Amino acid sequence: MVKPKRIIIKEEYCIGCRLCEIYCVTKHSCAKEIIKMYKEKKIASESGICFEEKGSISFAIQCRHCDDAPCLEACITGAMFRDKDTGRVLHNKEKCVGCWMCVMVCPVGVVKISQSEKRVASKCDLCIDREFPACVENCPNEAIYVVDYEGKKITKE
Amino acid sequence: MEYEQLKLIEKSVKIPSGCGVAGIVNKNANRFSGEMIVSSICMMKDRGNGLGAGYAGYGIYPEFSDKWCLHVMYDKTGEKEKVEEFLEARFNIVEQEPIPVRKVKSLSFIPVLHRYFLDIKNKFSDNLTSEEDFILETVMKINRNFDGACVFSSGKNMGIFKGVGHPDEIAEFYNIHNYKGYTWIAHNRFPTNTVGWWGGAHPFGILDWACVHNGEISSYGINRRYLENAGYYCTFYTDTEVITYLFDLLCRRHKLNFEMCSYVLASPFWEEIERETDVKKKKLMKFLRIIYASAMLNGPFAIIVANSSVLIGMNDRLKLRPLVAASKDDFVFVASEESAIRKICPHPERVWMPEAGKPIIVHLQENKNYGEIKKYK
Amino acid sequence: MAKSKNISDFVIERDQNRCIKCHACVRVCANDVHFKDDATSEVASDDSKCVGCHFCEDLCPTGALVIRKNPSETRENAHWKKEYIYRIVRQAETGGIVLTGMGCDRPYKNYFDHILLNAAQVTNPSIDPLREPMELKTFIGRKIDAVNLDDLNWKTTSIDEIMSGLLELEVPIMFSAMSFGSISLNACKAIAEAAKLCGTYWNTGEGGLHQSLYPYADRAIVQIASGRFGVSSEYLSRAAAVEIKIGQGAKPGIGGHLPGEKVSQEISLTRMIPQGSDAISPAPHHDIYSIEDLRQLIFAIKETVDYKKPVGVKIAAVHNVAPIASGIVRAGADFITIDGVRGGTGAAPVVIRDNVGIPIEIAIAVVDQRLRDEGIRNQISIVAAGGFRTSSDIIKAITLGADAVYIGTSALIALGCHVCQKCYTGKCNWGIATQDPYLTRRLNPEIGTKRLCNLLRAWSLEMKEMLGGMGINAIESLRGNREQLRGIDLSEIELKILGIKHAGESW
Repeated sequence: MVKPKRIIIKEEYCIGCRLCEIYCVTKHSCAKEIIKMYKEKKIASESGICFEEKGSISFAIQCRHCDDAPCLEACITGAMFRDKDTGRVLHNKEKCVGCWMCVMVCPVGVVKISQSEKRVASKCDLCIDREFPACVENCPNEAIYVVDYEGKKITKE
Repeated sequence: MEYEQLKLIEKSVKIPSGCGVAGIVNKNANRFSGEMIVSSICMMKDRGNGLGAGYAGYGIYPEFSDKWCLHVMYDKTGEKEKVEEFLEARFNIVEQEPIPVRKVKSLSFIPVLHRYFLDIKNKFSDNLTSEEDFILETVMKINRNFDGACVFSSGKNMGIFKGVGHPDEIAEFYNIHNYKGYTWIAHNRFPTNTVGWWGGAHPFGILDWACVHNGEISSYGINRRYLENAGYYCTFYTDTEVITYLFDLLCRRHKLNFEMCSYVLASPFWEEIERETDVKKKKLMKFLRIIYASAMLNGPFAIIVANSSVLIGMNDRLKLRPLVAASKDDFVFVASEESAIRKICPHPERVWMPEAGKPIIVHLQENKNYGEIKKYK
Repeated sequence: MAKSKNISDFVIERDQNRCIKCHACVRVCANDVHFKDDATSEVASDDSKCVGCHFCEDLCPTGALVIRKNPSETRENAHWKKEYIYRIVRQAETGGIVLTGMGCDRPYKNYFDHILLNAAQVTNPSIDPLREPMELKTFIGRKIDAVNLDDLNWKTTSIDEIMSGLLELEVPIMFSAMSFGSISLNACKAIAEAAKLCGTYWNTGEGGLHQSLYPYADRAIVQIASGRFGVSSEYLSRAAAVEIKIGQGAKPGIGGHLPGEKVSQEISLTRMIPQGSDAISPAPHHDIYSIEDLRQLIFAIKETVDYKKPVGVKIAAVHNVAPIASGIVRAGADFITIDGVRGGTGAAPVVIRDNVGIPIEIAIAVVDQRLRDEGIRNQISIVAAGGFRTSSDIIKAITLGADAVYIGTSALIALGCHVCQKCYTGKCNWGIATQDPYLTRRLNPEIGTKRLCNLLRAWSLEMKEMLGGMGINAIESLRGNREQLRGIDLSEIELKILGIKHAGESW
């Protein structure tokens, strides 16, 4: 399996449907069925995506998993850590105390304050347990795609 | 079925046939008896079903070698007089006689068979582009306009003999063994229909081209329309007719050599053309394929075509029909099956299978001027 | 004035049990059909605005939406059908010409559906395209009648001269003229790149050649139409071939009109007209009022391109198409494009689109036959256009006598189009027939290119199967080979015009 490094945005093809968010939430709620999950309010998390929109321009941005991640430096409990296997910046909710320093220092503003849980930050984990991030897989216009450590586009065949 | 009905079918629809073909050529233009070809084609009796056979011999009329010879069959009373009137207006008839035949019991629907040796009248020769085109036009006119007449041979110093029957019966009927020629081709037909009309048998000939063919040309529709565009009217609905006309168009009118002609009729695949290393040849192959796209013969075939100076054996692009060649001394043999060659030449020097689309071209020595054969050994 | 009844063409069924209120439909519909009802907090729809493009239905993550034809019917009347009644209603309200997009949708006899293909059995073998070569390569342009050793200088250069004027197609399918303006730049890019990748050609339409399409110009047939938009010597010199457009199947005899609001900066630069001004293509070319004028234009272009590129003429299939085609050959054109009654458009009056012209099947048959009767068929290539839906339509067109075909509508369908016929509104939800930056971004040319290449690949595979079935391994042996066709359920005159026999007749 190719290791995904980060998600690249092609904002010129973002159609602003925000389906990426829907699928992100669904995936992170460990749900298989969108309808039931939404209808019965079994949403366990919120999306790791920040959706920005102005006029006809829109895009979805996720954690960049920076090589030199300021959030790692800022975290006082070590809840924010770099995964040794994948090199991703991940977040351990158990350790998080909700100081929001990560939110403050993130240069792209993709670490969010969790609305569903108290005093916890929330961010994209590139779908750690899947081969292909859910948002990328479901983008109807391929406006987001994932690249590996060499910067090569990973395609799902 | 009635004869008229059978004839109508043959003249209005295309009857698929399987066949046996054979050809013998003496490269030094030494004449030999037709017995050889008869024995060769009869070896492949089960490639036919008794519904058509025929022979073409070159050099068989040395005494009239510079006269146009028309073999005509009549199957309607009164038609002969009309055709002769038509011919007399255009030609000086040097000699005419019934084609000598023998009675063969098993043959039926036998037409009246007559041959004419002709000179074109002077008044025509002045404004003719070529004598050949005049003959072509004459033959087309008779075959299109006289329902009861069919010109089935129209070359110089050559003749086609054909009919509905097994090859041995047809040979006996025409006394093929009595003729001497330097090139012989023969055909044994396996039509999928009942046929009765003698005009539908093969070889098919125009001018001194004669052609025998085993196969079915799937591109027939477009080949025919292409020829019509060039002034050839296909009156027989057979693949062989189309092939013969294409040879006449390409080799005589457009003056392509036989190799070029083979690039047109059994075009090399684009991949092959791409692989060709000789740049000039590559261009030529591509060019011919583009220009003569509608002349390409598609579908399975093995053909043997002859004229006074050459014999060509050729397969389709995939070699979907059999064709074997052999040589010994100054003889070259081609046939559908090796047995047909071994029968008359038990120990050939060389036996080979021509590749798909690659023709065997046998040029006759000292006989390179088209249509003018003067010297025999 | 009293409010009209506003009967909608479609009804939108939203399954509230499935709708998760994600508002994706609300966000994407260019016709503002869906909306969030603040009072009830439900998502609701206004059926009357729906054009039936199915974009929302495709996008909905839960399948909560179904777009259905409005079952509401007027009293059954074979003559006064619903569409005529409502057309009158609309015209009574607006006093205008009713516009539409795409090709004729009337149920005229579709001859493709009445033609059957042959296959080889016993007397000749069929050929397996997986095992044997199967050739679709096609050349478009002027070919000489005969190679005569006396006429032709056999130096290879003279062969080069003749061959340089030919377009080489890997598949006999090209992309039809659709201008940047009528479709989005992203759509143009997808088409142009697909043409280049698949070894075929695309057509600029009368929209000029946008700078970003220069890399695909060597695969472009550039059009010169009555408005002369975007025409410059550079435009001609970059292209692979030039096509003079006299008419198009969807609107024979009618000009074009790109409204000023669509003339953005990019279009303005490409068409060489001021931004915001209407781009009006006159009905006729005002320098072509007769066949000899056409000849002059053809040769003016040939002079410009140094006789190195084929120059073609596109006409709509009309009653007199055969003699017109013959005239075009004699006027010096290298290929002729015939666009049948089902040919598409970005905008046309519905009465014109649906009532003018003849089907392409018939036009191919009569033009090919006429050119053969006159002995000039070899001099020109026939490109047919107008409503090819499947590879078998194309095979039949080629067998009737076309050298290659243009596909427009089917290419757009591959890009997402659902043939809602609202191209003229500029609100194409699929990002095809629009210039709205909010909508054009919906067509990712990378995806589009892939899909178009897939379509061409799929169709060429099918064509090879059909060819092989007939025992033919090169497309040129099928071209004009009408013996391979049989008519079904056709009258004697129809068979005669198509030049084919009826099913049941042998060779």
